Amino acid sequence: MDSTLPVDAQKSALKKIIDDVARNIGINKKFHAWMGFLTLLLFVCLYAYYIQLRDGLGVAGIRDYVSWGMYIANFVFFVASSLIGMLITAVLGLSGVKWITPVARIAEIIAIGFAAVAGLVIVSDMGRPERLVYVFIYGRIQSPILWDVTVVTTYVLISLILLYLPLIPDLKILSRNPMLPKWLQKTYELLSINWKGTNEQYQLLHKAIKIMSVLIVPVALAIHTVTSWLFASTSRVGWDSTIFGPYFVTGAFVAGTAFLIIAMYFFRKNYKLHDYLTDFHFDKLGKLLVLVSLVYLYFNINEFLVPAYKLKAHDAVHLKALFSGHHAPMFWSVQLFGLLIPIVLMLFKKFRKPLPLMLISLFVVIGSWFKRYLIVVPTQEHPFLPIQNVPENFKLYQPTLIETAITVASFVLVLMIITVLSKAFPIITIWETAHEKGIHEPEKLSIDKAE
Amino acid sequence: MEENTNKHNSRREFLQKMGLIASGTIMGGAAMYAGFKFEKAKKTESKIKALSAEHQLIEVDGHHPVQDKLTELQMQGREGLKGRRWVMVIDLAKCRNARQCMKACQGAHDLRPEQHHINVLQMQDSENTAPYFMPKPCQHCDNPPCVSVCPVDATFKRDDGIVLIDNERCIGCRFCVAACPYSARIFHWHEPLKNQEYEENKERYSQLIAEGNTQEAEELEKKVTYDVELNVPQRKGTISKCLFSADRLRVGKLPYCVSACPNGVYYFGDENEDAVTNGTTKETVQLSALLRDNAGYRLMEDLGTKPRVYYLPPKNRLFPFPEESLTNTEQHS
Repeated sequence: MDSTLPVDAQKSALKKIIDDVARNIGINKKFHAWMGFLTLLLFVCLYAYYIQLRDGLGVAGIRDYVSWGMYIANFVFFVASSLIGMLITAVLGLSGVKWITPVARIAEIIAIGFAAVAGLVIVSDMGRPERLVYVFIYGRIQSPILWDVTVVTTYVLISLILLYLPLIPDLKILSRNPMLPKWLQKTYELLSINWKGTNEQYQLLHKAIKIMSVLIVPVALAIHTVTSWLFASTSRVGWDSTIFGPYFVTGAFVAGTAFLIIAMYFFRKNYKLHDYLTDFHFDKLGKLLVLVSLVYLYFNINEFLVPAYKLKAHDAVHLKALFSGHHAPMFWSVQLFGLLIPIVLMLFKKFRKPLPLMLISLFVVIGSWFKRYLIVVPTQEHPFLPIQNVPENFKLYQPTLIETAITVASFVLVLMIITVLSKAFPIITIWETAHEKGIHEPEKLSIDKAE
Repeated sequence: MEENTNKHNSRREFLQKMGLIASGTIMGGAAMYAGFKFEKAKKTESKIKALSAEHQLIEVDGHHPVQDKLTELQMQGREGLKGRRWVMVIDLAKCRNARQCMKACQGAHDLRPEQHHINVLQMQDSENTAPYFMPKPCQHCDNPPCVSVCPVDATFKRDDGIVLIDNERCIGCRFCVAACPYSARIFHWHEPLKNQEYEENKERYSQLIAEGNTQEAEELEKKVTYDVELNVPQRKGTISKCLFSADRLRVGKLPYCVSACPNGVYYFGDENEDAVTNGTTKETVQLSALLRDNAGYRLMEDLGTKPRVYYLPPKNRLFPFPEESLTNTEQHS
C-alpha cells in the first residue's frame, strides 16, 4: 500500500522527519545551560576525587570488613543499566519486533554511556589507580576481574559499532542538510563512508547489523554474569549463590528498561518527538518492564525464600539484617516501591501512559540502585568470624559525603555522554522511519531536496 | 558486457582468495612463532622439585614470567624457602588473651592498633558451649581464594606454603578481602603508620647517595627498601596481611607472634620435618602426634581452603573465661 506513495508525498513526509530530527542536532541555549550545570557539578565532584587521591580510600566509609561499598554497588548498577542496548537491539530486534525503530538508538546511547563510565567507577574504587596498567601487564586470567575488563571493553566496542552502523545512512541523508552547520555536514559526509543507499549497500548493512546483534547477545550476558561472579565466586554468605548470573541479568533488564523509559520521556518532551515516541511506544515498553520485573521478582523469591526456609546459621544472621534488622527499611522499600507496586500499577493501561510510566520508572531505577547496594554491602557486615577489636565504624558501613560526590560524578558523566551523543547525532533513525512510512531511497530524495 | 562482469568477478574472487591465503599465512605464522617462543622459553626455564600439598614430589617451573622487573628482595620473597612446608598449631586451651602476639606483630609490621595481621577473637560456638579465645592469623591456605581472585599476581602462594602480598604490585581492588572467608586481610585506607618516617629516610637516603656517602647510605638502605617478606614499608592503598613472619623464617627464627606469646599457645614448624616448636617453651614436638593426640582441626574445613594453621580444641582450659567478655555480638551467633 505504502509503495504506491507518490514521490512528492514521499518527499514532504521525509522532509518532516528530517526537520524533526535535525532540529535537535547542534548546540542551543538549553544545551549550554544543561551542559554548564553538569560540568559545574562534575568539577565539584572531581574535587572530591582529588581528596580521595590525596588522602586515600579512607575518605570513603569503606573499611577492612565492608571493603566494597557504594562504588562497587554503583558499578554493578552501571553494568546492569548498560544491558538495555542488547535487550532492545538484539533480543527484540532479532525477533522482528517493529516498534523498537525509534527507541533503538536511545537504548544504544544509554548502553554506551553506562558501560563506558562503569570502567571509571571501578577505577574510583581502586586504592592504587595509577597502577591500572598492571591489570594489562600482569593480568592473571583466573581472576574474574580480568574477565570483567575483557567483556566490558568488548561490549563497549560492539555497542559503538551497533550505534554507528545504523547511523551511516542517516549521516548521508543529513550531510547536505542546510539546517546543520557546514563543518558538521562535512563530518557527516566523512563518517557516512561513501554511502549511496544502493540495494547492495543496504543488504550489506542489514547483514552487518544482524551479525553484530547476534554477537552482542553472549557478550552482554557475559558482562553481567561475570559481574555477578565477582560476588558469587566467593564463599561469603549472601553471595555464595548459584543463581547470581541470571539474577543479575534479569535485574539488569529491569534497571535498563526503566532508565530507557525515563530517557525517552525527556527526549520526547525536550526534543519534541511526540510523533515518533508515541503513547504506543510507552505502552509497549511498560509491558516490557512488567515482563522483566516479573522475571526478576521470581529470581528474588528464589534468592531470599530458599535460604530463609532453611535458616542456616550464617544465612540467618544475614537474612535477619535484611528482613528485620537495620537494612530492613531499605530492603522492603526496594522490594515494594522498586518492584512489586510498579508491577501491579503497570498492569493497568492508564499507568503505561508516558508521564505515569516515567514516574513509575523513576521509582524502579532508584530501587534498582539501592538493590545493588543491598547485594553488595550487608553480606560483608556478616563475615564467618566475628568482627572484634576494631573501631565501631569498621562494623557497619556508613557512606561518606565524599564517596557520594564521586558516585554523583559518575552519573554526571553518563548524562554528559548521553546528552552529547544525542546532540551530535540524530536521536531517531531517519532511514528506518522513512522506510517504514514507505519512503524509498531517502538518501536520494534528501539530496534532491537540498539541490 | 557479460565477459566484462565475469572478468570482474574472477578478479574479485582472486583477490578474495589471495586475502584469505594472506590472512591465513599471517595467522599461522603468528601461531607458529608464539609456539616457538613458548617452547624456547620452556627450555631455558629451570625445573625445580617441590613437595606438593599432597606430599608428592612434583616438578614446577623455577622461573615465573611475572618475576621480571622485580627487585632482589621481591624475587627472593616470591620463591620461598626451599624444601619447607611451614605450619602453625594454635593451642586454644592455653590462650588467655594476653595479646602479646598482636602487639609484637603490629610492632614488627608498623600497624595501627586497629590493624590486625593476627587478631585474638572471643569465640563461643553455640549458646551452651564454652567460650574461648581464638588467635586468628592468616590461614595460609593451600587452596587460597585470595590468590585465585587477585587480578595482578600481587598476592601469591609460595612453594613453602606461605601466602604473601607484594604491595608494589597491589592495585588495591580488595577482591582478596571479599574472597577471604577468615577476614584475614587489612587495607591501608590512610597513610600507613610510619609513612612519614619512611619518607624522611628516603629523602635522607637519596641525599646521602648524592653526597657520595655510601657507608651511611648502605646502613639506611634496609630501611627504605621494600621487604616483601616483612611487608614494610607499608603502602597507602594496598593490602597487608599476616606473612607467617617470612623474614624471620629466612634467618631461622620463629615468627614474631609465636616468640612473643607468654602462654605457650603457638607451635610453629615444618610439615616436611613433621616437627613443630613451641614459641614459649622452645620444646619441639612431632606435628602429627600433636594433632592426633589433641584432635587438632582446621577452621572451616568445609570451604575446601586447606589452611596451614591447625587449632587444638579449647578443652581443659588453663584459665577461666571472664564472664563479662562473653561473645554476644549481633554480628555473629
